[in-house]
Amino acid sequence: MASALINVPARAKRGEVIEIKTLISHTMETGFRRTQLGAVIPRDIIRRFVCTYNGTEVFRADLHPAISANPFIVFSTVAIESGTLVFSWTGDNGFSATESAKISVE
Amino acid sequence: MRRLGAVMSALTVAAVAFAGEIPTSERRSGYDFMSRETRAMQDDDTANPGMLWVLEGATLWSRKIGAAGRACAECHGDARTTMKGVAARHPSFDAARGRPVSLEQRINTCRVDRQQAPSLAYESRELLALTAYVARQSRGLPIDVAIDARTQPFLDAGRATFHRRQGQLNLACAQCHDANWGRQLAGNVIPQAHPTGYPLYRLEWQGLGSLQRRLRNCLVGIRAEPYDYGAPEMVDLELYLMWRARGMTMDAPAVRP
Repeated sequence: MASALINVPARAKRGEVIEIKTLISHTMETGFRRTQLGAVIPRDIIRRFVCTYNGTEVFRADLHPAISANPFIVFSTVAIESGTLVFSWTGDNGFSATESAKISVE
Repeated sequence: MRRLGAVMSALTVAAVAFAGEIPTSERRSGYDFMSRETRAMQDDDTANPGMLWVLEGATLWSRKIGAAGRACAECHGDARTTMKGVAARHPSFDAARGRPVSLEQRINTCRVDRQQAPSLAYESRELLALTAYVARQSRGLPIDVAIDARTQPFLDAGRATFHRRQGQLNLACAQCHDANWGRQLAGNVIPQAHPTGYPLYRLEWQGLGSLQRRLRNCLVGIRAEPYDYGAPEMVDLELYLMWRARGMTMDAPAVRP
């Protein structure tokens, strides 16, 4: 079950730099650990995070095995126009999660 | 000379170890021992990973389950008002069992008796989520466990466990957490062991865990055989720790290193 916490300012001034915080629930299993019986625990991580702002990509990150569980990604963008920010995480074993947040720009 | 010095310091440690409980004015939450960064993580609800479990708990709260087909919300209503202060009062006395029960046990009792659903395993994601959701409603409230004639013997048993030396290292909880708090244990500062924020997100675990998981960690650390989850000794110890932290502010779900 994927759940995510998003923090986007509800309103901003045109041209203002806004900070966006995202936190998603994921084990981020590295693929390097073994069970007590010695079997390798298969890798299960988020591979990519993308944020689009009214359809335009404004931020993208590739994630790797050394990133901790429940990745917390903070980035900033410029408030251009009112609309929707869409966040998507994709990863191993067909993992996919999408969240969105609205922003109104004056 | 060096040997004499070692003996002297051992004696000093022994003398300190028998010093009494921490005075109320000197009690400090584990929060106060944390770095600025970790505090910031706990204080911001969108950065605190424990909130992911709270979010999930809120969903589970209103989901119909079990043979009774009933959700927690149908009896208890809005948790934000009805569950206020509940976590701060646990472990609390359960008349049917004739002993105090932890919040996890209380949730499971409700599941089995009222919802007629199978009880949840300790440290399972669902049980942690429900516990975190309930505990979240006590944030900012003072810890207030009820000590009366019924719970007193269990409190005494918990206190005895806290002061009993055990394990291969022959250590009692009190030796670190009453007598040597604030000093270093390897790279870490020894906190006073006040359970203000459970279930909490521990960076070392990369996940949420209960107080009992933390206690088992500590017991393994002193190379003692840990008590089972839900064992009477565990709940008594939990009761003693909550009583010891009485009046301190709840900050569940907390973040700890």
